[in-house]
Amino acid sequence: MHSTLKNQGDASSPPQSGLWGWLNRRTGIDDLLRSALDEPIPGGARFAYIFGSGLLFIFISQVITGIFLALYYVPSADHAHTTVAYITKAVTAGSFLRSLHAYGASAMVVVLFLHLSQTFIYGSYKGRRELLWLSGCVLFALVLAMAFTGYLLPWDQRAYFATAVGTNAVSEVPWIGESIKRLMRGGTEMGTLTISRFFVAHVFFVPACIFALVASHIFLFRKAGAAGPVNEDPYQPEQKAELFYPRQVLMDLSLTALLIVGLGVLCFFVPVQLGPPANPADTQYVPRPEWYYLPIFQWLKYWHGSAAIIGVLVIPTLLVAAILALPFLDRSVERRPWKRPAAMGGYAFVVFMLLGLGLRSQYLDRHDPGVGQQLAKQNAEENEYARKPFEPELSSASLAAANVSLADPLAAKGKTIFEGQSCNACHGDGGVGTAAAPALIGIGKKLLPDQLAELFKYPTAKMNAGGMPPIDLPPDDLKALIAYVENLK
Amino acid sequence: MFEHAGRSADTKPKTSSPGLPLESRRSFLGVLLGLGSVFVGGLLSVPLIRFALFPILRRTTELKESPVGALTDFSSLTDPVMRTIQIEQVDGWRKAISEKAVYVTRDTQGQLRVLTSICPHLGCTVPWNKENGKFACPCHGAIFAPDGTRIAGPSLRGMDPLETSVRDGQLLVRFQYFRQLVPDREVIG
Repeated sequence: MHSTLKNQGDASSPPQSGLWGWLNRRTGIDDLLRSALDEPIPGGARFAYIFGSGLLFIFISQVITGIFLALYYVPSADHAHTTVAYITKAVTAGSFLRSLHAYGASAMVVVLFLHLSQTFIYGSYKGRRELLWLSGCVLFALVLAMAFTGYLLPWDQRAYFATAVGTNAVSEVPWIGESIKRLMRGGTEMGTLTISRFFVAHVFFVPACIFALVASHIFLFRKAGAAGPVNEDPYQPEQKAELFYPRQVLMDLSLTALLIVGLGVLCFFVPVQLGPPANPADTQYVPRPEWYYLPIFQWLKYWHGSAAIIGVLVIPTLLVAAILALPFLDRSVERRPWKRPAAMGGYAFVVFMLLGLGLRSQYLDRHDPGVGQQLAKQNAEENEYARKPFEPELSSASLAAANVSLADPLAAKGKTIFEGQSCNACHGDGGVGTAAAPALIGIGKKLLPDQLAELFKYPTAKMNAGGMPPIDLPPDDLKALIAYVENLK
Repeated sequence: MFEHAGRSADTKPKTSSPGLPLESRRSFLGVLLGLGSVFVGGLLSVPLIRFALFPILRRTTELKESPVGALTDFSSLTDPVMRTIQIEQVDGWRKAISEKAVYVTRDTQGQLRVLTSICPHLGCTVPWNKENGKFACPCHGAIFAPDGTRIAGPSLRGMDPLETSVRDGQLLVRFQYFRQLVPDREVIG
């Protein structure tokens, strides 16, 4: 390091030596840390304020575990389930990481609800915090979108049917519902294109939006400042402020520690299961969404036919509009919950409805003997599948080879001749084709046996040039070989 | 969680009073928190590292040994016999099953030996010519002795023997592909 560097340090802080000093002169990390940690909190640190950083922690955990899961996951209807089974049953710590990611989603919804509740009950959306509230609302929707899109990816029975119901519910929206459903599914039915779409939404599109909105949410929060306790003025905080560091940091970290220990214990002792692969032909399967979607699921049951427009469109739109418009409608500086009966009443009503709908759905399942039995059966099937060891997927090439071990004895004899005459050396096993010679699969549709026999005896000039010799075989063997080649599929 | 919700804020808001003791207390706590975070972060990264290193620490690609037949089937073997074996190649979460023809024969010491039927010249299947007592490749005329040694023709080496083992009286073979057109045997994946 050069000696003149000493004088280039930040003017406000004394010059530092060593690696940290050098790093600081290059990056200004001290100032950055200071401005991050010295955020004033009117009225002092409180446990009520810990949920935001808890959410950030879970989000980062979801990003990291998600990236690692992508090391083995393949988003296609053919392979998705096999690769998740591989992660769960074969890969070291795979079951644990997948559980962390799946339970992390639930934890995120819980902490998000607590964060939103704290903001609402404390009236922290007041006082020039409209954009902060709006960005939070959009983040809430994005987190639910992450939960919805991620749920399909394992492509087991539970995932497939829950998403089938979820996307069907969208089609209840009048006029455009059917088109939105098709857009989400990538077609009229669920299939491999659905997985691709959900995967892209889950790992590229929605996370990118979340990153951008988290950044703006934190920026807007710092711009507006911490709102402080309920008796604080939302515009001009008057109470003595305490800095974010150290007490609030420690309180925030206590939630993080609780989340780490809680999720760790849960994932270790009760790992998330993977059920049998999706079988769209299963007409018995009773689909149930993840717990946080149960209230919506139950709600939609009540609205059918001509009334659907009210339940599916009008009421949800009004509710969402009311939530979004909250800081614009509620302009008073009063933040104490007991002085805001309308707002608190509305909050209690919505929470009560969500809770009631969710419990009602559970109650109905438990008290309908048919459904209860079927759900128990589905759980048993899931447990049974989970116990089986991992079975690798048979590659399509082996299936082609298996297909030609034909029932027809003449063609079976032809297969030994095909291999004995080294036809497979150039045309590939099962006639799949190689760089040296074209595939023979499906040739039976183009050439009749007689034409094939003619070509075998007298190859065309082009075939000769490619290295195809005339075939000189006893008539019976030739017949068998033709029977085999004609049957290649 | 909302135990503070109803309480008014007359409770102790102590803004950090200036002075060196507090500063140093804060930085000591900072170091403690930093170390704690590094420790917890390290702990949390253990499953991530194990997950990512799985293919390095365990076999994820594997060519399973294929049964050729009971040893007793070959006890009175004089001429090479062709056997079709099923080879199962595991590749991560998938596997491929294919059939390959091999010859069971004896080496000069009279020990059982399994040869791949793929010609080391250009990969044709080499048939056994019973009349001449030799392997004769139909494509380019390479000739090999019953134990696979090169006799004549364009091949640069003899037929390729496969790794064998015996378990419960069964002859097992590990099928492999070898590079063609080279004098020395070279296994290719």
